Amino acid sequence: MKQFLAILVARNKEYYRDKGSVAWAFLFPLLVIVACALAFSNPDTSVFRVGLHGDFSTGPASALLDQPYIKTVSFDRLDKALERTQHHQLDLLLSSDGGNRYWINTESSASAAVEQLLLGTTADFVRQEISGRKIRYVDWVIPGVLGMNLMFGALFGVGYVIVRYRHNGVLKRLQATPVTALQFLSAQMVSRLLIVVAVNGLIFAGCALFLDLIVLGNYINLLLITLAGALAMIALGLLIASRTANEELAGGLLNVTTWPMLFMSEVWFSLDDAPAWMQSLSNLMPLTHIVKAFRAVMIEGASLVDVSHHLLWLALMTATSLGLAALLFRWHKK
Amino acid sequence: MTYLLEVDHLRKHYGSLKAVDDVSFAIRPGICFGLLGPNGAGKTTTIEIIEGITAPTSGEIRYRGKPRDKSFAERCGIQFQATALQDFLTVREVLTLFANFYQHPLAIDELIDWCELGEFSDREANKLSGGQKQRLLLALALINDPEIVFLDEPTTGLDPQSRRHFWDLISAIKARGKTIVLTTHYMDEAELLCDELVIMDHGRIIDQGSPRQLLDKHLPHKRVCIAHPGNGFDASLLVGEVVAGEDELEIITISVEQTLQELMAQRADLSTLRVRNPTLEDLFIKLTGHLLRD
Repeated sequence: MKQFLAILVARNKEYYRDKGSVAWAFLFPLLVIVACALAFSNPDTSVFRVGLHGDFSTGPASALLDQPYIKTVSFDRLDKALERTQHHQLDLLLSSDGGNRYWINTESSASAAVEQLLLGTTADFVRQEISGRKIRYVDWVIPGVLGMNLMFGALFGVGYVIVRYRHNGVLKRLQATPVTALQFLSAQMVSRLLIVVAVNGLIFAGCALFLDLIVLGNYINLLLITLAGALAMIALGLLIASRTANEELAGGLLNVTTWPMLFMSEVWFSLDDAPAWMQSLSNLMPLTHIVKAFRAVMIEGASLVDVSHHLLWLALMTATSLGLAALLFRWHKK
Repeated sequence: MTYLLEVDHLRKHYGSLKAVDDVSFAIRPGICFGLLGPNGAGKTTTIEIIEGITAPTSGEIRYRGKPRDKSFAERCGIQFQATALQDFLTVREVLTLFANFYQHPLAIDELIDWCELGEFSDREANKLSGGQKQRLLLALALINDPEIVFLDEPTTGLDPQSRRHFWDLISAIKARGKTIVLTTHYMDEAELLCDELVIMDHGRIIDQGSPRQLLDKHLPHKRVCIAHPGNGFDASLLVGEVVAGEDELEIITISVEQTLQELMAQRADLSTLRVRNPTLEDLFIKLTGHLLRD
């Protein structure tokens, strides 16, 4: 235990004294969030978005739907369309399923305006109401940014550091002491876990404060997802760093691991409309499960049970990566 | 005789390369034992096998008559040829970190005194000069108050003053009764510090013994140098091989006394006379046919 704590303390000092890295760890996600907030803060309000569930190419509403200031989106499933309406992503929803009905969001002024346009065109539709706070893109993307930050912090923070230690001989020097591989690796894990949880916590607090973030779920659940996600990513980092002493190879491996996740784990955009094979691939990636769990808790108010399948997958990945890393681990370069 | 450390028929092969090829030696407690040889001779591989860093292809190592166990790491101190330390830690923090790895570490302040680290104990360890860094690495090797200390080319790359300083520290460690295993390719270092040594080349031991024994055995001749000509003696009357240089004669002799008596009998002017003893460098060239730094 004495050995473990000594390495933990030393590693933490090494981290926070590296001013450049610390600054970057906070600055990078903040820059991304600010960029997102600026880019999506003024959506084009001259267009009303109307969701269609069923065929409306002919019929009483078609005159309205042909107007240039109306943009239509078709849905196969009513529940998906309702969710979008609830989150202000649709101003009006028309459904021919079970008689002509329309939904408006009672908390949206755009909904009220487009309702008047509909009523001026036809009276064939039965009014339905739904309500919900507006989910901006920034509310949707921040769970993704938090997950991305977790991924970069954990993978590069653990993977790169261990490869550097092996390359420059720090690991060899430790091997010459009574310290065991388990003590060393667990200290690295815990140190990085503390760091990424702290950094993510601060970024979350900053976003909540300045961006009026929507958090419908429980904060403890968010913390649990953060811990499970960080452990899965750190374990993956240990696996990548288990043998090589070549920093360039390690950098390449880390990039090959992170970039596909960055684009296929729904950090920036939903894969709902993507081909099935891409969705299956995406579901293998730990980041997908981190981001989906974060998002479910934050903007849908999901409970721990609702996201338990994500947590289970992350736990499975952690155990597999750690086992393999322990098998493959080597102290020094050949 | 009881040996502290015994190495029996040690081999380390990397494919067809025999880095260590059937090496055996035994080290008595309390001495400084040297492994001398050029770069690539197999010195570092040999001591890294003893330290437990590298696994041998075959062979046996016994510490106090038994195979090494886990406690060996507590009993030995190691200084590698090149070691980086964690970034952003001060000298004192590095010492504290390593002290925590052992069950019975020395007091940090004692080590700082001993290895003369006081002047820079609060400086970042990775920003020290070459000599300072080597002294810190030596302190790390001593931190568990080890019985045996392995020093792998500890003065390579140091300036002459730092080397001398380091030699004083090694002598002080020996005076405390510790056994030292030292690899070096510096003859003067081996001659000054080592009580016994093995000479290695191409993974094999060429010979072993004390520096004096080795020199007497392989190079019994001394060289007497004296200015010539114009010194009033007839070189052809001298016993032994005589090599004529530009303005000096070199008389290669078994007995310096006899050569001196012959010169005095001829009333030669002895004011320019020098006696050159063979060095380990000469010995190495004789044994291997090439220079140590080739």
